[in-house]
Amino acid sequence: MPPTSPDPGVGACGNNLALKVADLKMYFPVTKGLLRRKVADIKAADGVSFDIGRGETLGLVGESGCGKTTVGRCVIRLYEPTSGAILFEGEDIAKLPESRLRPLRRKIAIVLQDPASSLDPRQSIGKIVEEPLRTHHLAGNKAGRRERVAELFEMVGLDPRLMERYPHELSGGQRQRVAIARSLGGDPSLIVCDEAVSALDVSIQAQIINLLRELQEKIAGLTYLFISHDLWLVHYLSTRVAVMYMGRIVELADAEVLYDNPAHPYSRALLSAVPTANPVVERQRKPIVLEGETPSLLYRPSGCHFHPRCPMAIPECRETEPMLREIATGHLVACIRA
Amino acid sequence: MTEFRTERGVIKAVNGVSYEIHEGEIVGLVGESGSGKSVSQLSVMRLVASPPGFIVGGKALFEGKDLLEFEANGPELRSVRGAKIAMVFQEPMTSLNPVLTIGFQLREMLELHLGMRTQDAQQRAVELLQKVGVPDAQNRLGDYPHQFSGGMRQRVMVAMATSCNPKILIADEATTALDATTQLQLLELLRDTVVRLNTALVIVTHNLGVVARYAQRVYVMYAGRIVEHGTVDQILLNPQHPYTMDLLRCVPSRSERGEKLIPIAGTTPDLMNLPQTCSFSPRCRYKEPDCEEKLCPELEQVEPGHYVACHLSRRDGGHAADVA
Repeated sequence: MPPTSPDPGVGACGNNLALKVADLKMYFPVTKGLLRRKVADIKAADGVSFDIGRGETLGLVGESGCGKTTVGRCVIRLYEPTSGAILFEGEDIAKLPESRLRPLRRKIAIVLQDPASSLDPRQSIGKIVEEPLRTHHLAGNKAGRRERVAELFEMVGLDPRLMERYPHELSGGQRQRVAIARSLGGDPSLIVCDEAVSALDVSIQAQIINLLRELQEKIAGLTYLFISHDLWLVHYLSTRVAVMYMGRIVELADAEVLYDNPAHPYSRALLSAVPTANPVVERQRKPIVLEGETPSLLYRPSGCHFHPRCPMAIPECRETEPMLREIATGHLVACIRA
Repeated sequence: MTEFRTERGVIKAVNGVSYEIHEGEIVGLVGESGSGKSVSQLSVMRLVASPPGFIVGGKALFEGKDLLEFEANGPELRSVRGAKIAMVFQEPMTSLNPVLTIGFQLREMLELHLGMRTQDAQQRAVELLQKVGVPDAQNRLGDYPHQFSGGMRQRVMVAMATSCNPKILIADEATTALDATTQLQLLELLRDTVVRLNTALVIVTHNLGVVARYAQRVYVMYAGRIVEHGTVDQILLNPQHPYTMDLLRCVPSRSERGEKLIPIAGTTPDLMNLPQTCSFSPRCRYKEPDCEEKLCPELEQVEPGHYVACHLSRRDGGHAADVA
């Protein structure tokens, strides 16, 4: 199998791409002393490449510190990436200056984990949902905006009569609906969901997950980048899934393929670590217990970052940095032994 | 029974909960937030802050003695709590003292409960840390809690909880905040501990997967009561209480990709105004008119070892037919 370039270009549906991320690097400097001398870089994202087709959901999984949130924040340009390209609607938004970024901003929305902290407690939820409409001069005058807010409320299953309420008067599930209504205001084609349901109780979680799916069915071309540590949720929602470890994508494949046949030793360990609710299945499974912990991003192991913990590692793994390569159509793995 | 007397009213957090656990057994206690699973455990340990919390009835028998009759913070209670019954909590940062070294905190346990001399305690502390897989144990004794990672801190908590060879270990959402692979390491460690020390382990969690993988028996809690209990196979493969069924159906699993999730209708009840009738009936999909009239159902045996608190389960076949 020939190694592919860092630009995957697979799974791509021609010009039907919603987003293309190529060799994205996001380094945070570590400074020391009075003069804030830079002593090292935290490589939160180190050469991340993927694309998402229009109307598709790409799941991004990994454990804390693997860089999945950093990738999400680069995509909505909360961070200015160190290098790499983020192609969205024909523009490379990684390098656009703020003035030219503005009109694109409404097309990419984000829904965060904790709606209690992402909603302004001093504004009524009607005002909160209206704000992006005002900022981006959408839906005409005040009356038009009100009408649109009511429409958005209904879209996410909120009673428009709640408009005058404040966030603290709502339940966690309702608050997350407000956050989603707000994100829909600008008619986005891409929504980054960063642990969007992780803080909710399971029964509420199911409601929000159903809502996200309904919206995707209703709004043509709505694309999700679904970031979560919950592997079953990601499996449930995503068309394709990317697994990250220490700032890199180690495996990317169709959800079914990845969950049935993980090829990277880390993906295998990660998937085996998550139990299912079926005791009979669990008795037959042999979870792979990894040694030690994820190393600090400041002291990255040489070669493959996973080699010190990898049950399959060979001496070569210490020296060679594995590239993402295609082992089957649309199945990318960064492991020399896969 | 435990209630919290607040300015707004009395919150009945735990309401007539009975369960048992045997040596060497792993039991799961499942429920959503606010179901009373933690408070029931804290009550057994007499760790409910009073006021506002009051244990208003019940018994907690341990080695033939009722823990609830011991004098609060008296010598009898202290000899059990932490030593014979030990607990591991969700957030180790709040259960470890941030200004004392790990070594000091481990030694303190050993000196107080087992009367060890400092030097012996020091030696034992190193062994304990090694057993739970903390690398470089000797040197790490001098470190403070913040110098450990989340997973390592939780290992320290397990070392501390097992330091006096407890008879019962209670893990209250002990692995919930951890990453998947770390969670696995910790749970495997807890299971090994159960085998090694022949302790009983109570896993308090909302994660049904963890229960499926590790527990032998399961108790399901809703609104301060146990609504169903039995072996792990009975509860997860053949649930009889509507709440347990719904709980299993609203989490995505392998087979359900593409299907719609079924959320549980309504919201959890207000523990201040619990109805006299079945507290799940307002959200129940199988309820019948008289469910809202009859008094709250008691646990009844539906098959050997499988108990359900539901009016409907008493009828022939119950509603089990609907699940398949």
